[in-house]
Amino acid sequence: MATFRDEGVVLRTIKLGEADRIVTFLTPEHGKVRAVAKGVRKAKSRLAGRLEPMTHVSMMCWKGRELDVVTQVEVVDHFRQVRLDLDRMPAAFTMLEAVDLLAVERQPMPGLFRALTGGLRTLCEDPSPALLGAFLFRVLAIEGVGPVVDSCAACGEDADLVSFDEHVGGFCCRSCRSGTAVAPETVVLARQVLGGQLRAALATPSSRATAELERLATAAVEYHLDRRLRSAHLAPGPG
Amino acid sequence: MFAGPIQELVDELGRLPGVGPKSAQRIAFHLLEVPKEEALRLASSIAEVKERIRLCERCFNVSEGELCAICDDSRRDPTVLCIVEDPRDIVAVERTREFHGTYHVLGGALNPIEGVGPEQLRVRDLLERLADDRISEVILCTNPNLEGEATAMYLARLLGPLGIRITRIASGLPVGGDLEYADELTLGRALAGRREVSG
Ligand SMILES: [Zn+2]
Ligand SMILES: [Zn+2]
Repeated sequence: MATFRDEGVVLRTIKLGEADRIVTFLTPEHGKVRAVAKGVRKAKSRLAGRLEPMTHVSMMCWKGRELDVVTQVEVVDHFRQVRLDLDRMPAAFTMLEAVDLLAVERQPMPGLFRALTGGLRTLCEDPSPALLGAFLFRVLAIEGVGPVVDSCAACGEDADLVSFDEHVGGFCCRSCRSGTAVAPETVVLARQVLGGQLRAALATPSSRATAELERLATAAVEYHLDRRLRSAHLAPGPG
Repeated sequence: MFAGPIQELVDELGRLPGVGPKSAQRIAFHLLEVPKEEALRLASSIAEVKERIRLCERCFNVSEGELCAICDDSRRDPTVLCIVEDPRDIVAVERTREFHGTYHVLGGALNPIEGVGPEQLRVRDLLERLADDRISEVILCTNPNLEGEATAMYLARLLGPLGIRITRIASGLPVGGDLEYADELTLGRALAGRREVSG
């Protein structure tokens, strides 16, 4: 049987039979990979702790017809600071869910993979209020369906942009405005995110603009996928 | 496709967890071959379970009456509550014979990607039970995986202000295992949860 090696981030796992799991990875070379991990639900499994969702691994698999089989796994990063922090988890879950829905099986996805590992790493090291919104807009851009931020998405004029409409594909000017009204700072922030100034965007303190960015990016991803991101609407914080 | 009733049986069996189409066929033909009484025994135990078993009104364990055998047992300590995801976890904890308190079954763990938030779990019922001020300790006995840990952290934060003792089961190395084979997360947790020993 053919084997392959790749890195991967565990997006989700589901139970299979008595003691196995089907693990879904995002890999750079093979896109979304669904592979059986044998025996991982047994307490003594050596693989179990390495195949938890939100783990960056380096692995070897047997190639199967429908499902591959995980044979070796080494951990690159557990993103521990996220696992131990209830407040960082919703963003991480939303990233994993969005990537799971966007990724395609058996097709290289290096950009999406870099965005995901970078997003989770940033969530560990320097969580920013703009991070989730920036992540979602950037993965849309990687997919080739990023929002129009530099001019009006409806008429193309380089005018003041005052609203965001995911159906039109981005921000809109005063005369075309539809969708949600947005603050000028939100437009600036979105331009930074998509215009190569991510560092500046992530340094933005929590504000109306960061909250809006997250809301708009979530709406844009949901519109593109034509379904809701469950994680984005289920913050696991009390209250 | 098989003749009507056989295909129906294959389809029903195929809906069971962990049973694929091939296994469903194998089981269906096995049931065709065994003596009638044996097959009907299976049918009647399924019927009986569905007739007689329900969820305990207090802890949501499986139960034959309003209260499960544990809640109904006056020797159990009502001041300590062990919180588990699933009734099967109660069986696992009971096998240890180390726990003499009572339980609360959440009915799952937080799993945002699958749409399971606090509202989908029996958290409200838990809060109602904790209004009973006899309860002095809550043991968070959810699975030591991402979802279980998130659930435990969530409950710890939610219950913190109630002023009861909140503990989490330790997570560490399997008895009889070798350190060198332990994964990093497990070994890391085992180190973090180390305790004093006296010789
Ligand atoms: Zn316009
Ligand atoms: Zn009970």
